[in-house]
Amino acid sequence: MNKILIVAQKEFRDGLRNRWTGAITVIFILMSLGLAYFGSATAGVLGFSSLESTLVSLASLCVMLIPLIALMLAYNCFVGELEQGTLLLLMTYPLSNAQLLLGKFVGQAAIITLASVLGFGLPAIIICIVSDVDVVSVLTAFSQFIVLASLLGWVFIAIAYIISLSVTEKSKAAGLALIVWFLFVLVFDLVLMAILVASEGNISATIVPFILWINPTDVFRILVYTIIGAESYSGVLQIAEHGADGTVYLFLVMMLWVILPLLCSWWIFNKKELSE
Amino acid sequence: MNDIAVDLNQVCKYYPNVNALHPLTMSVKSGEVLGLFGHNGAGKSTLMKLILGILKPSTGSISALGHCPRSNQAHNYRTQFGYLPENVSFYEHLSGREVLHYLAKLKGHNKAQADKLLEEVDLAPAADRAVKTYSKGMRQRLGLAQAFLGEPKLLILDEPTVGLDPVATQDFYLTVDRLKSGGCAVILCSHVLPGVEHHIDRAMILSKGRKLALGPLAELRKAANLPIEVSVSGLTRADIESKMKGLISEPDWLQSSSEGSSEGALHNRFHSAAENKLDILRNLASEENLQDLHIKLPSLEDLYRYYLSDFNNAAV
Repeated sequence: MNKILIVAQKEFRDGLRNRWTGAITVIFILMSLGLAYFGSATAGVLGFSSLESTLVSLASLCVMLIPLIALMLAYNCFVGELEQGTLLLLMTYPLSNAQLLLGKFVGQAAIITLASVLGFGLPAIIICIVSDVDVVSVLTAFSQFIVLASLLGWVFIAIAYIISLSVTEKSKAAGLALIVWFLFVLVFDLVLMAILVASEGNISATIVPFILWINPTDVFRILVYTIIGAESYSGVLQIAEHGADGTVYLFLVMMLWVILPLLCSWWIFNKKELSE
Repeated sequence: MNDIAVDLNQVCKYYPNVNALHPLTMSVKSGEVLGLFGHNGAGKSTLMKLILGILKPSTGSISALGHCPRSNQAHNYRTQFGYLPENVSFYEHLSGREVLHYLAKLKGHNKAQADKLLEEVDLAPAADRAVKTYSKGMRQRLGLAQAFLGEPKLLILDEPTVGLDPVATQDFYLTVDRLKSGGCAVILCSHVLPGVEHHIDRAMILSKGRKLALGPLAELRKAANLPIEVSVSGLTRADIESKMKGLISEPDWLQSSSEGSSEGALHNRFHSAAENKLDILRNLASEENLQDLHIKLPSLEDLYRYYLSDFNNAAV
């Protein structure tokens, strides 16, 4: 346990040192404030629009950005140390593969979490001070959003570890990370829509909502919509209205999306032989 | 206390295309220094990584400090390992001190010990600079410092003296001698043969994954039966021959570097079997004109060459 914290501490410090944490926080702050105050500019209105529309737009932006940020943060976590030669050294230290893996995960997950707390928390406080809003509901909604955003970040850190442990070159890991991002964030929804339209309703209506569970970004969006009680789902999420939106279940699905990739990377790590 | 630190039994490692290591049986005792020699690709690094548990043997069994290095609990015993990889590298953006503090914590030691080791390897003045500004020698010293963390019981060093200046090399061997007397088993892999000779108890020569020789240097010398080389100043060839009474035959004479090998030259060199050493000393030392006499025993390098060519000839 202690070893995990030592590794986590180093990863976290690295994140602070190379300004990842700061950069992500700033991006989050700009996104939230921008959407809160200028989100309805197209409608010809400036100023804080509404909590619901702010969070819905924030969620659609986060669905794109958080996976990308998490993948970029974590893709070279192992392959970088492999290329550097430090992984070889660490493997001769009194440190199990699981400890190293979990230590790195805890450290990098803490970076994303801290960035979400600051990056979404500060704008929430600013909104409460500057605008005439219901403080309690804004703070509740934003703190729930912080939890979900962090969770989405964790999922993609864990996925990045699978990539990082499967390849032996940093550049390959970067390419794969980009492909994974593209598949989950852009391709999946399009393909699913296309299939649903093409099948003309022949796919069993009870199964369809659960297909969304295959994609953690969709689970994230449904969760955000559920939490803020949004009336209208958009795009492919409409199919989720038919029963797959129990908050607890979805939360568990997200947790599974963290745990399974971690287990998978642990398995790859154990099989790996460092022969250079 | 278990006397055997490392034990290999019919250990073999093969990859789809190459046999990195042919079946090998050997052991290293506590308090013993084993020198490991061989060309690039001879299997030295493979052997080291097998002992450390980084690689899995294809067949055979390994025990390091009494445990299988690939077992699930093996990482607990690695507190007593010290390893210096070839071309060691660290976290470039951290300072030497931060790197060593991190590694010390992972091995369960405090920062004070890490700082003391930085002093010992003479890195204290540069300790707070980023590792990326370090020279090759400084990186190597940092690598040694991490290998020495926490009084290891098994030290595996791949090319430890590369990039070190003579003073640092001397300090390094002093530390190895100290750890050795504390019961640490050391496996030392080196290309720099002359320096290492006095610090190893046994030598193992590897080539293409095969063990060519293993034993104390004295035994290897005896088995190879390499000639000694005698340099004599102040005597002509004829003088020496008359004194030696047939101990030297014509092919034994070596070209004298300075003034050719003319009959009257006063510098002469010749080969002789090792057992004649005392006779030569006795016979020549009584000669009044003798100015200098130097006997060179076959060096580790000569032995290494001998065993390699022996192996190559056998293969042909």
